Amino acid sequence: MIALTYLAAFVATLPLLLILWHLSRRGLSSVNWDFFTRMPAPAGESGGGMANAIVGTGVLILIASGLGLPIGIGAGLYLAEQGGTRLANVVRFLSDVLNGLPSIVLGIFAWQVLVRPFGHFSALAGGMALAAMMIPLVTRATEEMIRLVPVSLREAALALGYSKWRTSLSVVLRTAMPGIVTGALVAVARVAGETAPLLFTALGNQFWSVSLGQPIAALPMQIYTYAISPYEDQHAQAWAGALVLLGLVLVISLAARYVTRSRFGLGAGD
Amino acid sequence: MEVPISTTTNHPTQARAAADAMMEQPSAVSAATPACIAAESLDAYFGASRVVRDVSFGVRSGEVTAIIGPSGCGKSTLLRCLNRMHETIPGARVEGEVRFEGRDIYASSVSAIGVRRHIGMVFQRPTPFPTMSIRDNVAAGLKILPRRERLSRRSTDDVVEHALRRAALWDEVKDRLDASAVALSGGQQQRLCIARALATSPTVLLLDEPTASLDPLSTQRVEELVYELRSDVTIIIVTHNMQQAARIADRTAFMLAGELVELAPTNVMFTAPRDPRSEAYITGRFG
Repeated sequence: MIALTYLAAFVATLPLLLILWHLSRRGLSSVNWDFFTRMPAPAGESGGGMANAIVGTGVLILIASGLGLPIGIGAGLYLAEQGGTRLANVVRFLSDVLNGLPSIVLGIFAWQVLVRPFGHFSALAGGMALAAMMIPLVTRATEEMIRLVPVSLREAALALGYSKWRTSLSVVLRTAMPGIVTGALVAVARVAGETAPLLFTALGNQFWSVSLGQPIAALPMQIYTYAISPYEDQHAQAWAGALVLLGLVLVISLAARYVTRSRFGLGAGD
Repeated sequence: MEVPISTTTNHPTQARAAADAMMEQPSAVSAATPACIAAESLDAYFGASRVVRDVSFGVRSGEVTAIIGPSGCGKSTLLRCLNRMHETIPGARVEGEVRFEGRDIYASSVSAIGVRRHIGMVFQRPTPFPTMSIRDNVAAGLKILPRRERLSRRSTDDVVEHALRRAALWDEVKDRLDASAVALSGGQQQRLCIARALATSPTVLLLDEPTASLDPLSTQRVEELVYELRSDVTIIIVTHNMQQAARIADRTAFMLAGELVELAPTNVMFTAPRDPRSEAYITGRFG
């Protein structure tokens, strides 16, 4: 029985190991300084890079996190503290439904309300579509992490004369923070690789742009475009892009963990 | 008529008369004696169930008062009514008055936060804040003071040291004030919580079975601490351990099914309780 669980654990990590190995084999040769600093080369020419797509993905993640994290953490705090009320149950249910919504549906909706009325695709619309995907993930992760904080800690803070909101923020939320960060990272990693919601919103861009009001390039879209192109050079670039995307998610995870690391190395959410 | 806050006599009718007088004229408790904190006709509810029933009693400054009674008799709830912690539980409410330094803490003009700053509390299980260092734990109550009352870093450190000394923990932690509070042992954590409660200089300290989760040696240290603190803090301690009450309390109250059956000097309570129910409990016939 125990041997089977070992086997299951090994099989569970197998896909990631295979992906890493495969990506490295196919993509590593194209990952060089140019890849990070140069713009895409015209079709048929070799060389060039994905500087615009890498920065574009960064911009989109920043917009999505800037909107999605505060709203998601706030909503999770609300659900954890007011959990029993009817409104909280409705919010929790809708949040789960939103979580299960196919991302392409979200993309079409975002196009309808964020792109069409303004007459043009934009980075902002893309970031907001990604934020809508992040919110339910962050909400539920926050709620569950806050529920793990013992009631006795909350009571101890209240008994010291902490107000309710201060107890929530400086004791409860702070205690739950490592777990919330982990949940937020899962959400960031998830949206960083999303393509569908961006097709109708951020659109993609062959040129350099960091303007929020203009279409913006993103790694997943660039990978998609290159992977279905007929050119061998672009295939290599797509592999490299996939590897970089994976690396980017890894770097974000490590950086966020370092920044919010528990001073005492307690339950760092793992 | 002067109603004594406790009844030292052993004569049944006399005692009953005094007790009746106390019930009928609750205000006499605070009028006749310099009670630091006093409950008057206090009822506490969880939803529809009434877990504290018409309790009136007064606690004098600078004394240790123990509340004993079987599990579920409402002693912890009564304690939590004294610093308005009871109302933090959904569906819980309080009726009646608790007079602290002459004011009803349940009056609409009084804020629960202000009450809790002056009436500290320590719980059954140690509750150090796991994200804070030892120093920050002790200073936790100081950081939330209104801006004009807030202390400089230097004087905060002094207050932290003083509080840790009073809680008899300073010598054990002075070299690692910036270490995690959860690395301390259970007994040390509980003394840290006492230091945290003392740092804001409360007038009254409420202890809710503070040694229930501690080993005998740590229990002894906390008991010694309570004994030493009595001179400058009024202490009310809930305990299910009668020996503990006998060791450290000046006066002892016995509760049963939400009622305060008897409040008497500890030696009287344990040698000659006037109520047959107190006697039955103390002699071990139930509980």
